[in-house]
Amino acid sequence: MNPTPPALALKRLSKRFGKTDIICGIDMAVAPGERIGIIGPNGAGKSTLFNLISGRFEPDGGQIWLNGGRIDGKAPHEINRLGLARSFQVSNLFPKLSVFENLRCGVLWSLGYKYTFLKFLTRLDDANERVAALLELLHLDQQRHTLAMHLSYAEQRALEVGITIAGGASVILLDEPTAGMSQSETSRFIPLIRQATEGKTLLMVEHDMGVVFELADKIAVLAQGELLAFDTPDAVRADARVQEAYLGVLQTQTVHSPC
Amino acid sequence: MRRMLVWGLYALVLALAPLVFTSSHSQALLSQIGIAIIVCLSYNMLLGQGGMLSFGHAVYSGVGAFLAIHTLNFVGDGLALPVSLIPLVGGLASLALALLLGWVTTKKSGTPFAMITLGLGEMVWAMALMFPGFFGGEAGVSGNRVAGSPVLGITFGPQIELYYLIALYTLVCTALMYAFTRTPLGRMLNAVRDNPERVAFIGYNPQMVRYLAFAIAAFFAGISGGLAALSFEIVTFEVLSGYRSGLYLLFTFLGGTNFFFGPIVGAILMVLALVLLSEFTQAWLLYLGLMFILMVMVAPGGVAALIMANLRLAKAGHLRRLWPGYLVLLATALLALAGAAAVLEMVYHLQLGAALGPELRFMGVTLNTHAPGSWLGAASVMLLGLGLFESRWRPFARTWSEVEQAVSKDIKRGESL
Repeated sequence: MNPTPPALALKRLSKRFGKTDIICGIDMAVAPGERIGIIGPNGAGKSTLFNLISGRFEPDGGQIWLNGGRIDGKAPHEINRLGLARSFQVSNLFPKLSVFENLRCGVLWSLGYKYTFLKFLTRLDDANERVAALLELLHLDQQRHTLAMHLSYAEQRALEVGITIAGGASVILLDEPTAGMSQSETSRFIPLIRQATEGKTLLMVEHDMGVVFELADKIAVLAQGELLAFDTPDAVRADARVQEAYLGVLQTQTVHSPC
Repeated sequence: MRRMLVWGLYALVLALAPLVFTSSHSQALLSQIGIAIIVCLSYNMLLGQGGMLSFGHAVYSGVGAFLAIHTLNFVGDGLALPVSLIPLVGGLASLALALLLGWVTTKKSGTPFAMITLGLGEMVWAMALMFPGFFGGEAGVSGNRVAGSPVLGITFGPQIELYYLIALYTLVCTALMYAFTRTPLGRMLNAVRDNPERVAFIGYNPQMVRYLAFAIAAFFAGISGGLAALSFEIVTFEVLSGYRSGLYLLFTFLGGTNFFFGPIVGAILMVLALVLLSEFTQAWLLYLGLMFILMVMVAPGGVAALIMANLRLAKAGHLRRLWPGYLVLLATALLALAGAAAVLEMVYHLQLGAALGPELRFMGVTLNTHAPGSWLGAASVMLLGLGLFESRWRPFARTWSEVEQAVSKDIKRGESL
């Protein structure tokens, strides 16, 4: 019997911008259902990693596998259709559409409606029911008719996550979902993320260490484009190399070394 | 319920308009309005709903018109096709052309899209003069819409019969284009307008969304072109021109791109401006340009946004505070306009009508381009109007924003779209 392939596997993945190496040969395998927290100083390549996996950028070397199929070189929409969805660090919504419409856009493809113009949206019961459930999950029920651009910041962040999970993807990448939130907003938001990604494979970039260590099964530490450690939270916390590198990087900040 | 009422009213207006305006001239005008409504609505599918600023929409209405007039001539030569279906031939021809050219056109949105439509528009226009066999050269292609065997005794000879054909097409096309806005593709088109990048991360190819919408818009533009061919019984290469495309853009924008009915208002304005204003004054293009600049600066949402904003205030019961201000502003604006128009007409007369002598009639007054008094009088009327307008504008704007703020709290939490 074949063992289940990893939900997501990176093989010697690398990316350059001009002469600067951003990602330097990362190897990583994430089992289905695992929750991975990705940490690292500014400029470590966390967002670039997400951009590579989700198809926004094309890698210069290496491979990306999703549920046993290769996805590097594919367009973002093709990767999304294979079951991977991502959120953005800066809220990336449909500003002139209502919260309800934002979420409905997120569910349409996965329910097979594709590019149809022969069906009325109001008659798509399955889509509308799923949106209703999402609204409740995100605590955005009151704002269902509000335009996305009129939402408060925290509500926009919630909608950002909502659009990401709306299509039912099995692998979810969240890029700093709590960025810019207050402490109290963050603590209210974390259970929501946990609930919304229940049973899914989750990769989350996060600056708030408390959040990461609370939520993640495994922590990936990224520094200067390299995977410094990829282990359980306890092991990572104890890792002397991580502590040293983390502090060292903080002191020398933006200096970039080649691979 | 309310929606049924609006549609019923729309159908009623289309049906009764020629019974109110009975002269053949005004019925021809109404026919043109119907044709313009279809093409402006189709244009707004690109601009308002898809965020695609096209400078070449006349390519699709124009090609539809050419295919229709040729088909009409085939029918005249014995092709068994009812004349009433010829606009559909125009629509299908434009659809085919858009499927061919659209993939390249819709590769990007924004400036690249605008540039490509401009380029393709110029290309097709140049081709029209290179292939006189199909496009008829300078003289164009003419036809006779009384062709083939009449269905139910309708020959489309009389203007009124043609009007009702156009009205029927207008009603059906409007309904279809409205229905489109409520389908998955229609909604994803809005999403692509707002944020094409995000669309790619929820499973949709933004280019495919734009491409399909572009093709559908071209289909309706082609129908409009086909109706125009039947109406004028002649199609010249001018229908493909960038000038024509510019008119679609201008009046769709004036009507308002954020509301579905905006382009309908724009289409009515377009025909009135092209036909009536041009009869009224030679300098009509100048007035048109001024009006456009004024609207872009004062009401960028177009007439439709103005109407909706006032409806909203009226619903909240605030219009009472505003309408005295409206009347005063309107009066002062008209005064300024009268003065400005007098000056403009005199300048125009001096440049182009000088052979007719120094005198001209304007709004019942005889002006003399050689008399300083006329210039002084016109200028002072204009300045007086402007001054009064300016002095009343500030207090009005203050009241407006107060009222707006009072209402907007409800709106933010209330309706959308």
